Amino acid sequence: MSVEAKVQKIIMDQLGVSADEVKPEASFVEDLGADSLDLTELIMAMEEEFSLEIDDEEAQKLLKVKDAVSYVEKHTE
Amino acid sequence: MTKKRVVITGLSALSPIGGNLAETWDNLLAGKSGIAPISAFDASAFAARIAGEVKDFNPEAYDIPMKQARRMDRFVQFAVATSMMLLKDADFIIDDKNAEDVSVLLGVGLGGLKTIEDFHTRLVEAGPNKISPFMIPMLISNMGPGQVSIFTGARGQNAVITSACASAMHAIGYAYSEILLGRTEFAITGGVEAVVTPMGISGFTALKALSTANDTPEKASRPFDLNRNGFVMGEGAGILFIESLESAQKRGAKIYAEIVGFGATGDAYHMTAPRDDGEGMAGAMRKAVQDAGLTPDAVDHINAHGTSTSLNDAAETKAIKKVFGKRAYDIPICANKSQVGHLLGAAGGIESVFAILSLYKGIIPGTINYETPDPECDLNYMGSGPQKIQAEYALCNSFGFGGTNACILYKHYQGS
Repeated sequence: MSVEAKVQKIIMDQLGVSADEVKPEASFVEDLGADSLDLTELIMAMEEEFSLEIDDEEAQKLLKVKDAVSYVEKHTE
Repeated sequence: MTKKRVVITGLSALSPIGGNLAETWDNLLAGKSGIAPISAFDASAFAARIAGEVKDFNPEAYDIPMKQARRMDRFVQFAVATSMMLLKDADFIIDDKNAEDVSVLLGVGLGGLKTIEDFHTRLVEAGPNKISPFMIPMLISNMGPGQVSIFTGARGQNAVITSACASAMHAIGYAYSEILLGRTEFAITGGVEAVVTPMGISGFTALKALSTANDTPEKASRPFDLNRNGFVMGEGAGILFIESLESAQKRGAKIYAEIVGFGATGDAYHMTAPRDDGEGMAGAMRKAVQDAGLTPDAVDHINAHGTSTSLNDAAETKAIKKVFGKRAYDIPICANKSQVGHLLGAAGGIESVFAILSLYKGIIPGTINYETPDPECDLNYMGSGPQKIQAEYALCNSFGFGGTNACILYKHYQGS
């Protein structure tokens, strides 16, 4: 499975949204209905899936689906 | 000043013998047992490997979206599911005008034990930075009423009462009092519990409180029987919708029964054992009857706490004899734990639902597995099954660790 597909699956599981909602341009808060607790858990789920440590400052920049995908692509081999 | 009359206008249940009120009641009268091998986790290393679990519970089937359900401990899912069914049964719609008049006051004995177990494992295995922001809001016991409020829009008082296995009875007693005092118009009250978990089962096993009759699960819970050897843990919820008689009549609500008395005491005796003279239990029963302005002669049905432990059933029998004298032998007494197991903090909720339906339908359920009389327990426990008896006053008992005793007296509603 590609990084993009894995991230998409995590977002679907965590936020209870469907595949066609998880578009690259979709904002976690505005389009996918996430609150601050959801975001914290979403980051933790990505850390676990990709064995990453995402610090808080970086995490705050991940506003859209495409931000999360490119962050993970950049920080994994 | 005349005391306000408080009535029950809605009932809801989620139990080891049914996913709703009707199924639960039908299976109760059919004498079915909800006790089976534990399915929630691998219990093969445990001394007690049976429980009364709510079977195949799926939150989505109760209109709880999966995203929200994942952020709820099982007891909270039960509370929300049962409360939403309750409002339908009560034919009550919460709107902007009445929202602040609807309180949610539930009894919970332990709370989110499964959540604590899961996150403790994560803490040990993955470290402190891997704890979810949902851990605390999932495990706190008052998230039961909290989520009920979020899902139903009820904006009145919102709280949990915790008094071990008497939690639900104290919650109903409190809700009843608040309506009498005029502090709330309506209450969603009763109890909820879900601790069939490794810590829940091992903790009660360590107390030697649980039956280990693993090979005969349906026979394991046998209140008042000579061969009882401990209680069987159950889970679920039993919840009532209550309001003043005036309000119920004004909105043309169906009235199941009336609440007429609440009595509670403490034992000042032992952490887990009831007083062997039964005096704490007797005191709570007397006070409930006195609160209704009656004498014990009025009571013609007892829904017993009857746990199937050696100590409780002997002490409760002694207490009933103290309060009712010679009449104790004539009063039909049932112990629903024989069928659903011990729902701990929810016991007084589910058993209140049963006591209220007994009055409403004119039929008293039996006590299954009552086969061999114990000389210490020699009353009429309805061992031969349900009987058509129109009782006028049903006393419902709940007693808990810490020596806490709470009883509610329900009255058959005969119209105004």
